[in-house]
Amino acid sequence: MADTIKLDVTRYSPERDAAPTSQTYEVPLRKDWVVLDGLNHIKDQIDGSLTYRWSCRMGICGSCGMMVNGEPKLTCATFLTEYAPGPVRVEPLRYFPVVRDLVIEMTDFVRKLQKSKPWLIRKEEKPLAEGEYLQTPQQLEAYKQYSMCINCLLCYAACPVYGLDTLFIGPAALALAQRYNMDTRDEGAAERLDILSQHDAIWGCTFVGECTRVCPKHVDPAGAIQRYKLTATTEWFKSLLLPWGSR
Amino acid sequence: MKPQSMGQTPAYTEFHPRWYRPRVSTYWWLWSWPYTKFVLREITSIFVAFFVLITLFQIRALGRGPEAYARFEARLHSPLLLVLNLVVFAFVLLHTITWFNLAPKAMVVSIGGKRVPGFLIALLNYGAWLVISAIVAWFLLGG
Repeated sequence: MADTIKLDVTRYSPERDAAPTSQTYEVPLRKDWVVLDGLNHIKDQIDGSLTYRWSCRMGICGSCGMMVNGEPKLTCATFLTEYAPGPVRVEPLRYFPVVRDLVIEMTDFVRKLQKSKPWLIRKEEKPLAEGEYLQTPQQLEAYKQYSMCINCLLCYAACPVYGLDTLFIGPAALALAQRYNMDTRDEGAAERLDILSQHDAIWGCTFVGECTRVCPKHVDPAGAIQRYKLTATTEWFKSLLLPWGSR
Repeated sequence: MKPQSMGQTPAYTEFHPRWYRPRVSTYWWLWSWPYTKFVLREITSIFVAFFVLITLFQIRALGRGPEAYARFEARLHSPLLLVLNLVVFAFVLLHTITWFNLAPKAMVVSIGGKRVPGFLIALLNYGAWLVISAIVAWFLLGG
């Protein structure tokens, strides 16, 4: 095994550049090094001006998502040896505006996430004296998978629908809406349905399925959206047959 | 509650005067095989529509009596339509299979608190397809 590997890293300075360029760095290739270690090596030893986001290094903060050789990846969980002998292309997450180097602008996602109301909605809060809202392990199991989302946005970078139509609410926001819809403590499903059964929400999804494939936490957003389509259709039929229903 | 619209262009103005916003290439669907497969499935739905049209014409011919039906059948025997129908059949098959494979994603069934495994739901779909096809074949072949 060679003892170094080349990283082709996207550089973009909003003050200087009209468009991003690529810069090649040579970093040590070690068995226990991930792409993020390579970037940290560049930042510490070669070029302190390289800008990128990272925090926990253990796949839980969701901030180090980048394109590695054209695939959306958490750079803290992608080993350099997988790409030996290299070079490895490191680019900012696809479909998002680039602020600088590898840093993307994610306000659009945060706004959309809010629209899906990812919190417990109660028609009436239980008095404190009655204690907490209890759940059985089975009830937890129903939504646990979707609650594993770390908002790393790899699914957005994998979704051509989001790339072509930025109005599409996107996989993670929909999976997180499902996470609350399936929670027995939540009573906000009807409220979310009005927002999420629109064209730009679930019906924008054409089931490419790539979001599920790239998800580092096995959330399966594509599955969540297809399930939600079924729910939305059932609700629509119900409202058609029983227009006086109290939904 | 009034539906809220998703319909506003994302605005990026607050702190960043200039970001680089890459344009998505027209050929994005050639980037990877899953994308290509997906676009192929989307485009070939035209063939499925064609299959539906043929069936509708067939029913109309059937309604007009034996002579009209014989004429319709004769037209189906032209080499062009035979080849076209073969292509159409291949794509209808592709759509059927991808649709059945999708079913377990959309349908999550629990029996006695346990989730029914996905392959079983797909299997039930394939089973129903086989049974219905057998009944149709039995009718058509004059059982």
